[in-house]
Amino acid sequence: MDANTHHRTRLPIRAKLATTVGDAAASVSRLAGKGDGSVIGGRIGLRLEPDLLSLLAAGRQVVLVTGTNGKTTTTRLITAALAPLGGQIASNIYGANMDAGAVSALSRTPDARIAVLETDEKYIPSMVKATSARVVTLLNLSRDQMDRAAEIWLLARRWREALAAAPDCRVVANADDPLVAWAAGASRQVTWVAAGQAWREDSWCCPNCGAHLQRDGDDWSCRECGGRRPPVSWMLHGDEVIDPAGRPTALELALPGRANRSNAVVALAVAEAFGVRLAQALPEIRRVTSVAGRYTQVSRRGVDIRLLLAKNPAGWLEALEVVAPAPAPVLLAVNAQGPDGRDTSWIWDVDFRRLRGRTVLVGGERRLDLAVRLEADEVQFRLVSDIDEAVDAVRSESGNLEVLANYTAFQQYRTALGRVQ
Amino acid sequence: MRPLRLIWVYPDLLSTYGDRGNLLVLERRARLRGIPVEVVEVNSDQPVPRDGDIYLMGGGEDLPQTLATRRLLADGGLHAAAERGAVVFAVCAGYQMIGVEFGGADDTPVQGLGLLDIRSGRGERRAVGEIVADVDPGLNVGRLTGFENHQGVTRLGPGVRPLARTEIGTGNGDGTEGSYAGRVLGTYLHGPALVRNPNLADLLLFWAVGPLPPFPPQAEELAKRLRAERLAAAVPQ
Repeated sequence: MDANTHHRTRLPIRAKLATTVGDAAASVSRLAGKGDGSVIGGRIGLRLEPDLLSLLAAGRQVVLVTGTNGKTTTTRLITAALAPLGGQIASNIYGANMDAGAVSALSRTPDARIAVLETDEKYIPSMVKATSARVVTLLNLSRDQMDRAAEIWLLARRWREALAAAPDCRVVANADDPLVAWAAGASRQVTWVAAGQAWREDSWCCPNCGAHLQRDGDDWSCRECGGRRPPVSWMLHGDEVIDPAGRPTALELALPGRANRSNAVVALAVAEAFGVRLAQALPEIRRVTSVAGRYTQVSRRGVDIRLLLAKNPAGWLEALEVVAPAPAPVLLAVNAQGPDGRDTSWIWDVDFRRLRGRTVLVGGERRLDLAVRLEADEVQFRLVSDIDEAVDAVRSESGNLEVLANYTAFQQYRTALGRVQ
Repeated sequence: MRPLRLIWVYPDLLSTYGDRGNLLVLERRARLRGIPVEVVEVNSDQPVPRDGDIYLMGGGEDLPQTLATRRLLADGGLHAAAERGAVVFAVCAGYQMIGVEFGGADDTPVQGLGLLDIRSGRGERRAVGEIVADVDPGLNVGRLTGFENHQGVTRLGPGVRPLARTEIGTGNGDGTEGSYAGRVLGTYLHGPALVRNPNLADLLLFWAVGPLPPFPPQAEELAKRLRAERLAAAVPQ
C-alpha cells in the first residue's frame, strides 16, 4: 500500500471512489495540457461525494487564507513558515481557491497533517464549516471584479457570522482594515496584526453602523457606534516586524513591496499559532523569491522583464509602488475576460499620475480603455499589441521593462515568455 | 468666468464602481473648452453645498445606499440645488435613490429622494453585460454604450422621460434605459458612463452652462476609438 492510498483507506467507499476518479481526471487534464487539473479533479470528486471536503479535511489542521489581495502569496509564505514542523503540507499552490481546488489539494497530499488553503472570499463560510478550520487568515477587503464579486460589506457580514459560529477557530486578522476587523470582531480567538492599509477607498464608513469613520494614521474609530481599531500583537513597521514581545526584526524579504511585507507579518503570526517562532519561520519566508510567476524576471532579446500582477484598484496602488522608479519603462496591460471581471470601470479608481514623465506602454485586450484613462491623467504612452512589440519599443533605451498586468493579461504574457515559474 | 462647480455627493458611501471617472471626464471636457472648474467632494458627514452646478452620485451597496438616502433627506442640500435648477447626474444605486422609492437590503421599499418619478425594486435576474441604447432624439446624444451590473429594475412614472431605448441589454427592464426630468438624469450605465459617452457628458455641461465652446478634436480621438470598439464588441456579429 503506497503513501497515497494510506489516507484514502480510512475514507468511506464512496469518498475513496470520488478521490480516485477525481485524481484520475486531474491526471488526464494535466496530460492533455489543460492546466494542473486541480479544479476538474476536485469538481468530479465533489459531484460523486458532496461531503468529500469534510472527509478529506478530517484529522488535519487546516489554515484558510483569504482577502481581496495577497491570498496566493500569503498561502505560500505560511506554507514556507510552517516547514520547520517537518512533514508535508497540503496546499492549493496553483491558486485554485474554491471548494474543488481545496479537495484536489487535500487529496493529492493525503499524508499531510496540515493544510494551508487559499480560499476565495465568497467560499469562506462554507469552507470554515466543511474543514473545521483551525486558523482563518483575513488579509484585507476591497472592491474587485464588481461584475462577479458580491458586495464587500455583505461579504464582511458573512465572514463575521461564519467565524462567530466557529469558536474553535483562531482568526488572524488585519486590524488596520476596518472591514476585516469588523468581520473578525465576533470571534472567540483573534490574533490582531497591524498589517497596514494603503487603499482606503472601501473603508470610509463603519461597516457596523455606516457612519463616516474617524481616521488618524493607522488608527480608526467610529464616533457613532464606538467601533475602533483593536490593540495588536503583531505589527508591520516600515521594513520591520514587531512581535508580541515588542521586539523589532528586519524583514529583509526577497519579495518586493509593502504589501508583501504585510503578508509576511501575517504569515509569521500564523506560524506562531502553530508553535513556529519567528527565528525559525522568517528564514523560510525569506527564501521565497517568486509566487506563481509573479515578481519573476525573464530575459527577452536583451531586456530584463519583471512581471507584476495586479487585479483591482488596491492591488494596482501597491504595484505602482513596487514598480522601479523612472526612467525604467513600464508596460501596463488590462484584459476583461471572465476571471478579470468583464467591466473595466475600475481602472478609473487607479491614480496613474505618478507615471508621468516616463516611458509607458499600454497593452492587453482593453488597451483602449486604459489609453483613455491615461490620457485623462495626462500620462503619455504608446499602444502595443504584444510583449514583443513592447520589448522592441524599449530595447534601445533600456535593459529593463516593468510589466504590470491583470489576471488573464498576466497569464498571456507568462505564456508568451515561456511559462515563467 | 465664474468656475463651474462639480459636486461629488458622498463618495465615501457611493463610489464603488469607477465613479470617479465620471467626475474626471466632466472636469476635463469643461477645462479643455476653457471653462474653469472647481471640484468638491462631499462626504456623508458633511453638508451638501446648495450652490453647485452639477451634482454627481455614484453606485454602492444596499446598506450604504439606504444610509446615504436618509442622510440626504435630512440634509436637504441636494433638493435645494435641484430646485434651483442644478444638474443632477446619478448612476446605478444613485439613480435608484433619486427616485420616489427603491428596494432596500431585503427589497422592502425605502423612501427615495423624489427627484425623479421612478420606482425601483429587485428584479428576477442580475443584469450584467455590455449595454447599447439609443438616446431620446430630443437630447441629441446619439447612441449610448456602457456596462451594466444591477439586479434592480426601474418603473418610470409619467413625470419622467426614458433616457434611451435599449438595443442590447436590460437597462430599466422594460425596453428603456435611464430616465430624466428637467436637469435631473439617471442611468444604470457604468464604463464609466461619461467616459464611454462624451456626448452625454456634454449634455450635462450644456444644461449647466448653455452653448459650449468647441472641444479640441485631437483630445477626444482615443475616446472615439474606444466607443467604436465597444459598440462593435457589443453588437453580435
